[in-house]
Amino acid sequence: MSESASTVQALEAGKAHYPEEKASLRSLLSPLLFMAPAIILVVVFFFIPVVIVLAISLTDMSTATGFNNWKWVQFDNYRRIATHPNTLPVLRNTLMYVALTLALFNVGMALVIALLTTHVPRRSGFLFRALWLLPRLTPSVVYIMMWKYVAADAPYGILNQHLLGPLGIPPTNWLPAQPWLFVILTNGFIGASFGMVIFTSAIESIPYDYMVAALVDGCSLWQRIRYLILPLLRWPLLFVTTYQTLSLLTSFEQILLLTEGQFGTEVWSLWAYQRALSNYWGNFQWGFGAALAAVLVLIGVVMALVYMRYFQFNQLVQEPKIEAL
Amino acid sequence: MKVKLENLTKRWGPVYAARDINLDINDGEFVAFLGPSGCGKTTTLLLIAGIYKPTAGRILFDDRVMNQVPPKNRNIGMVFQSYALYPHMTVYENLVFPMKLKRVPPAEMKARAQRVAEMLGISQLLDRRPGQLSGGQQQRVALGRALTKHPDLLLFDEPLSNLDARLRLSMRAEIKRLQMDLGVTAIYVTHDQVEAMTMADRVAVMKDGQLQAYCPPNELYDRPRTLFIAGFVGNPPMNFIEVEVVLRDGVYHAQRAGFDLPLLTERGGQAAGRGPVILGVRPEDVMIAEEGIAGEVYVVEPLGRDDLIDVRIGEVHVHVLADPNRRCKVGDRVHLCFNTQKIQLFDPKTEQSLLWT
Repeated sequence: MSESASTVQALEAGKAHYPEEKASLRSLLSPLLFMAPAIILVVVFFFIPVVIVLAISLTDMSTATGFNNWKWVQFDNYRRIATHPNTLPVLRNTLMYVALTLALFNVGMALVIALLTTHVPRRSGFLFRALWLLPRLTPSVVYIMMWKYVAADAPYGILNQHLLGPLGIPPTNWLPAQPWLFVILTNGFIGASFGMVIFTSAIESIPYDYMVAALVDGCSLWQRIRYLILPLLRWPLLFVTTYQTLSLLTSFEQILLLTEGQFGTEVWSLWAYQRALSNYWGNFQWGFGAALAAVLVLIGVVMALVYMRYFQFNQLVQEPKIEAL
Repeated sequence: MKVKLENLTKRWGPVYAARDINLDINDGEFVAFLGPSGCGKTTTLLLIAGIYKPTAGRILFDDRVMNQVPPKNRNIGMVFQSYALYPHMTVYENLVFPMKLKRVPPAEMKARAQRVAEMLGISQLLDRRPGQLSGGQQQRVALGRALTKHPDLLLFDEPLSNLDARLRLSMRAEIKRLQMDLGVTAIYVTHDQVEAMTMADRVAVMKDGQLQAYCPPNELYDRPRTLFIAGFVGNPPMNFIEVEVVLRDGVYHAQRAGFDLPLLTERGGQAAGRGPVILGVRPEDVMIAEEGIAGEVYVVEPLGRDDLIDVRIGEVHVHVLADPNRRCKVGDRVHLCFNTQKIQLFDPKTEQSLLWT
């Protein structure tokens, strides 16, 4: 009796010691403290740069103005983009580049490789996937140099001399003749390995019992892929599609190295890069380039939202409702 | 449908998962494959389902050799321990999935699914997804999915192991009843000897990929043909005592230090003069009495209806099921009386029974 009374007293004393406001402040602070390192990283390396880019996009900052004589121009840069003669062709190029690379390679080929290599003996599947990772391990410059050697102008190049020549096909300047073919191939061979790894692990983590159940229920191989594996890959499909769309929208180094945007292969991110940071005349239009980049971010955000909607993201993260029998 | 396994063998590298299994299953019979994990019972089931191809031997359904027939053409229904319900489909879609693949007309598909759902009491769950069901509900749906396609053979792979104890009891009875009503041949894989004993018409006991016995449950219990079966079937398990059987004054005695038990002539006679043999006796066939073999109570485990008492006789321990009213305490001196009608004798080297072949 006396013991429990003293416990109550001690508890009340404790309450007095930590008034309620103070306790709630503490409960707010401690999670913040745990998240602080991540928050600082995100703020310094993502949030502040975005704000700076957005701010620069509202100025006329360029090599001509330097860092001292620039002035705010409000939405002039965006108005310029809207009326620029290059805008539509570059936008069309960008969408074509992203859509084709994504559909044919980064998702399509990745899915095909993942399905094939999980249905052959484990070791050979593993070896094949390891080989497909090589382009990703190769430095971009070396990788593109190799492609340039493959597609070199007539009469040189592996294609002209060794592959198509013996078949009697006359030599061509391949890059100018088929610029998109090579832009998509070079990007796709690298890009497919990402989805390949994700899809493979997703397929291999499907419980074995599902596969057995599908077989016993009467699935052929194709039906098993159609009714079981693909539906169960919805999460990784959403992830890879979204991630690769954003990554393709902003990637330009392959195109830069391969064609420098010639032969009608200029894409939005390359345009922004050339305007803002690297062009022949040496007049770097930072303000205009920043506006181009901001538009790209906007396109990316819209695409991501569309995907989430299309894949019914809300349903994917829905909580199950379980009740006892 | 009748099922017949002839010298069925499955080898993974040097390991035999199933070895020379010969088994006949009659039409409408309920057979349990019983054994500890890794004994090859699930492998055998998957061989029958066609998921694995046999290394040697034959599988026959009604005299038709099935070795090369793919699983989808075997018309089998299967229920898994993990339920294996397709998580992206609703309960209804799960139920009709096998029929959809068999191109059953939509109207009949719907009717069959509803009939099965009613039979299993899951009609109100048809538009749920598996993730929104309890374990028991999921198992009902899994059973339903196996039944809607009107299979010739039902395969169960430890279907009740993930359910809680109470639910397991009721589902056990329900599955048995359902199988009887439908008259469909069934094979039930389990490591739980109670499940095998209560549900099956015949039990196939497996160990290390080999068939140890194939007989009705009570025969398995009363006439265990190997040491393994004797120890595996029955709860609490059988006591094993190493003894020597000798003939003295016209009566066979099982003897060891501090232990002397007269045996029935027809049982003791099989073991006499063989040197050391293993005597087996179930805890319920030993009684604590006023006279008999003397021992000391070592541990008392109250089980409610009985006390399980560990009695030490010299160096051996004998488990006895005793009336709790006797109030045995640790350290008590007691005497044990054995039911000689139920004594089993085994050869310690071959581990075969000396009484039954």
